[in-house]
Amino acid sequence: MARIIVVTSGKGGVGKTTTSASISTGLAQRGYKTAVIDFDVGLRNLDLIMNCERRVVYDFVNVIQGEATLNQALIRDKRVENLFILPASQTRDKEALTAEGVQKVLDEMSETFDYLVCDSPAGIEHGALMALYHADEAIVVTNPEVSSVRDSDRILGILQSKSRRAEQGMDPVKEHLLLTRYNSERVERGEMLSLEDVNDILSISLLGVIPESQAVLNASNQGSPVILEDESEAGGAYADAVARLLGEERPLRFLDGQKKGFLKRMFGG
Amino acid sequence: MSFFDYFKTKKKSSASVAKERLQIIVAHERNTREQPDYLPELQQELLAVIRRYVEIEDDQVQVQLDRNDSCSVLELNVTLPEEVADPQ
Repeated sequence: MARIIVVTSGKGGVGKTTTSASISTGLAQRGYKTAVIDFDVGLRNLDLIMNCERRVVYDFVNVIQGEATLNQALIRDKRVENLFILPASQTRDKEALTAEGVQKVLDEMSETFDYLVCDSPAGIEHGALMALYHADEAIVVTNPEVSSVRDSDRILGILQSKSRRAEQGMDPVKEHLLLTRYNSERVERGEMLSLEDVNDILSISLLGVIPESQAVLNASNQGSPVILEDESEAGGAYADAVARLLGEERPLRFLDGQKKGFLKRMFGG
Repeated sequence: MSFFDYFKTKKKSSASVAKERLQIIVAHERNTREQPDYLPELQQELLAVIRRYVEIEDDQVQVQLDRNDSCSVLELNVTLPEEVADPQ
């Protein structure tokens, strides 16, 4: 029985696909058989981030409509063992993602996988609702910025009312906050919401803080999940997040910005 | 915070402005989120009934539903205009 994790945010461009790629890669590195599923029908991009865009033959919608088997559509990752990608369809018909169809595919995958990571599209429309409906856990990706925090709160409300767990009166979806594009120097200068600020407003458990890092763009340019760049701060922060997801204790790193010298502290700058 | 910052005029950081604005809007939206769908219509109809007797503005009626474990309380708050002297 697989554990289903949705990566969601409401707002676009905050790092859902980057996070889905890194979290699923991290889980697979730990030995768990993991599939990452792109729910962004019509605007698929997970394949690019995972560097398998030229290996896509069949997609999620093909499997739902019975045009391909799951094994034909799943793409085995070339770098990490135990990792598979199920790409979204580029069709414009978003309704192709039917509730029953998604249920059927996830049920079938649940039999052989340990983790299913669902990469949600932005917004609160059909695709996003389908991605979060079956979730056992939710990673809410948030930037320290007003519109992202507000949209995250909105998504939390939807998780609490529209998910399968909510509708069937089961234990609620386990919610995790992942704060991304965090710039501790700007936080120190009072120009950016701090981790504490965001925590005060959303008050859900913290999975991790990913510092704003050039490594993220570099990694996506090359189609390599940033968690594989284990020298980089962002890569290390994602590895910590995966550890916490698995129940391990990890101290927060990369939050103190640059160490300031005595003179700099005295005279500012 | 540097030594010289203590002499600068105190100005609120933009992050704290952001936090205050978020706290207000998020609290407001959480309230409306828990409302049943019929509440806005109920509010409009109550407003119409009251208007048959008293002249009031839209924002002078507030309807709120508080849910407890065993029961829900519908709270209706109407601000009536100041009594105009009856010309008798």
